[in-house]
Amino acid sequence: MLQLFKFKGGVKPATNKTQSVTLPIAVAPLPSRLAVPLHQSIGGTPRPIVQPGDKVLKGQKIGEADGWISSAVHAPTSGTVIEVGLYPAAHPSGLTAPSVVIEPDGEDRWIERQPVDYKSLEPETVRELLREAGVVGLGGAVFPSHAKTQASKSVPMEELVINGAECEPYITCDDLLMRERAEEVVRGAGIFRDLLKPKRVLIGIEDNKPEAITAMTAAVKALGSEFAEFQVVPVPTRYPAGGAKQLIRVLTGKEVPSSKRSTDMGVQCFNVATAYTAWRAVAHGEPVISRLVTLTGNVGEPRNWEVLIGTPMGELLHIAGPKADTDGIIMGGPMMGFLVPDPKAPVVKATNCLIAHSPALFPPKPPEMPCIRCGSCAQACPHELQPFEMYWFSRAKNFGKTQEYALFDCIECGCCAFVCPSRIPLVQYFRFAKSEIWSREREKKAADSAKSRFEFKQLREERDKAEKAEKLAKAAAAQAAKAAAAAAGAANAPAEAVTVPADDAEAAKKAAIAAALERARAQRAQAEPRNTEQLTPEQQAQIDEIEARRAQAGATAAVEPPETGKNS
Amino acid sequence: MSHYLFILIGAVLVNNVVLVRILGLCPFMGVSKKLETAYGMGAATTFVLTLGTGASWIIDRYLLVPFDLVYLRIIAFIVTIAAFVQLTEMVIQKTSPVLHQTLGIYLPLITTNCAVLGVPLLALGAKYDFVESLLFGAGSSIGFSLALILFAGIRERIEGADVPTYFKGTAIALVTGGLMSLAFMGFAGLDKY
Amino acid sequence: MMLAALAVMALGAVILGAALGYASIKFKVEGDPLVEKIESLLPQTQCGQCGYPGCRPYAEAISKGEAEINLCPPGGAEGVRKLADLLGREAKPLEAEEKPKQVAVIDENTCIGCTLCIQACPVDAIVGAAKQLHTVVGPLCTGCELCLPPCPVECIAMATIPETVDNWKWKYPVVEVRKAA
Repeated sequence: MLQLFKFKGGVKPATNKTQSVTLPIAVAPLPSRLAVPLHQSIGGTPRPIVQPGDKVLKGQKIGEADGWISSAVHAPTSGTVIEVGLYPAAHPSGLTAPSVVIEPDGEDRWIERQPVDYKSLEPETVRELLREAGVVGLGGAVFPSHAKTQASKSVPMEELVINGAECEPYITCDDLLMRERAEEVVRGAGIFRDLLKPKRVLIGIEDNKPEAITAMTAAVKALGSEFAEFQVVPVPTRYPAGGAKQLIRVLTGKEVPSSKRSTDMGVQCFNVATAYTAWRAVAHGEPVISRLVTLTGNVGEPRNWEVLIGTPMGELLHIAGPKADTDGIIMGGPMMGFLVPDPKAPVVKATNCLIAHSPALFPPKPPEMPCIRCGSCAQACPHELQPFEMYWFSRAKNFGKTQEYALFDCIECGCCAFVCPSRIPLVQYFRFAKSEIWSREREKKAADSAKSRFEFKQLREERDKAEKAEKLAKAAAAQAAKAAAAAAGAANAPAEAVTVPADDAEAAKKAAIAAALERARAQRAQAEPRNTEQLTPEQQAQIDEIEARRAQAGATAAVEPPETGKNS
Repeated sequence: MSHYLFILIGAVLVNNVVLVRILGLCPFMGVSKKLETAYGMGAATTFVLTLGTGASWIIDRYLLVPFDLVYLRIIAFIVTIAAFVQLTEMVIQKTSPVLHQTLGIYLPLITTNCAVLGVPLLALGAKYDFVESLLFGAGSSIGFSLALILFAGIRERIEGADVPTYFKGTAIALVTGGLMSLAFMGFAGLDKY
Repeated sequence: MMLAALAVMALGAVILGAALGYASIKFKVEGDPLVEKIESLLPQTQCGQCGYPGCRPYAEAISKGEAEINLCPPGGAEGVRKLADLLGREAKPLEAEEKPKQVAVIDENTCIGCTLCIQACPVDAIVGAAKQLHTVVGPLCTGCELCLPPCPVECIAMATIPETVDNWKWKYPVVEVRKAA
């Protein structure tokens, strides 16, 4: 039996998981319309490669990954692209994001799938394959998985942690996945194992999921000697045991310092659902176009559904039969999730759970009271931070100090707010402080780049000016030399020219200037109107006539005003 | 030897210049908004006060007393201290221009800081010899820096606190200073042992 | 008596004066490192709205004490507060009105390709050539508005940068605090 370790802090909220595990996974019906956001992973926003009107097939790539830390996006079903543009996003802001809207044709026709035997491929090719298949961390962080399959150069890989803890209340999608599709999860973990080559693979599952533990253990055993270093480890149920750093701590006893990555400690961590999609992508040629979503909360039939990415949340929740007093949708769990401002927002790769919100289920928080510095939050913090200090400085908008207290190590798990006796929404303060700091960093970067561009422009202008001056001087000198030579030739007195070259050059320059002035005068004279002299008699008559009319008009104009004044 | 220690501890804690003798309140209120400034001011004052006390003792003993010019004490001390302040200012401007800017007017004002003049006079009044005077000056300035830094730390936190509108700013700072003063009075209990 | 007093004071003055004179040579400050610190707090729009030709001249003026710290509209109230913190001065309300961040946009139907705006742009954020359409490189534009006056056909307009998922910020939590009885 593996020796387990403990992480500091953590809380034990009511799990509320039993409601949604009674029924097996079902496939959600095809929605009327799918809106696939292009930006579904950390990193660069993929470029759309389809246009409105294009016919797409199920699994066809519609967004090309932009940069290494980015992941491709695919059409979840066959149909017609009706829009490539801004669409409400699954984001707490309720803002829109670039998306591809597809109208399904109902045929659900796949592109040609190409299963590969990844063992015969180079690791680099497998990573590229994962990137092209849009495999990202499905635990919620949506970090592109291919970028995580690179071991640190200096530290040998020791453990690969497969995260099946699923600690957040209400959510059961990983539980059901492990119960029903254990073999594929283990095989997917095998891909990561072969890329990273760790000494052992630990599958951590919270001990409140005995069925999942049994299923996974059986799967590992059934797959035989090839998966000999795999071990399914039940871990104590305590939120947030499913946090990557917490699970690594529990299973290996290693603590990942704030400035390091887990690979620097010889550990890497993947979610079970990520492992499953990696296997589907490699062995079946199916990119990530659907995921398991738990529909629960204030609904008639809580259950896990296999849902196409891009399904509108409101439409999806409808199949679970939300009760009459449902007044919103929470994406994610009650601890870390957020209220979706627009039910049109689509299910994305990060959507593991939708909870129908009702005032009875989630009563409004009583008003916030002053911090009494009891320290409960510091005891509950799984990252051993001091939330009360961070709160104090976030509230005072003293962001430098919040960073001194390691604000950016906060994983926003919500334990501090959960235990706070004054019911202070601590995580909201931290999110506020984080986004302020980020925006300041963006501004700082913009200012620095503006400064360097400004300085470069100044430099360039100086240089141009200097070059121009030099050129002018050169031209003048050349002309002067020529003039001097001509003058010398004309005067037939070379000796004089040699003895007083400076004077001569000066004189030549003066002569050149005078000539230029003369030329300019001539040009001006030419440009002047010449039609006032040498007129033919007819022309003269015309001019006289015009002059006369002008005089008359002037006279009438002088008389008219009083009349018009009378009329009005 | 132990009486040197008593002079030092007495000057730092029991008879803290700021909080017990209530001298040098001007920088105490003025440059205690930020911890970094308080460190700078503490260091500058420590330098001026320690050397000023020593120099004053020398001037008093070898110039003023022999020539019977004791009535010139204040003016002579002020001139000496002013010179030290000027020197400090130059050094700070060279080493840390930002500190120079943040200390601003308070740096030249060390000259008129009553603690800086008060400590040499108190040292003379207590009839200390040279070493004792130096220790007394050093102790007093450490006490001054200690009070200033503690106070700045508290004020940085007050910035984030829900202070009633009418108490915001200097008012709450004065209240805090008063409470700190009361707390330091407690060190008077040290001389029982 | 009188003479002794004068002599003592004069002696003191000479010694101290000499010491200070020596120190002023020894600790001579060259350049002004403070300017760098001030400049790093300015938004680098180079817009000249402060009345100085660029951010660095303004920083120099501040460090000399010639300019107030509240003359920079792009920096906003936040910028004034940072300068006040650095310099230990009192934060003052901004002289001009604070505007949301903007970028210049060229109306491509009206632009005649005169290149005047390209010359005016302090950060080279406008691209184009003579008699060719010009356009603003959005991410590089600082919103300084210096390109507006030179345009002979007034085809440049300022557009507020829209809020997107990428630059959206969590709001300060507004939670009702229980009122004291």
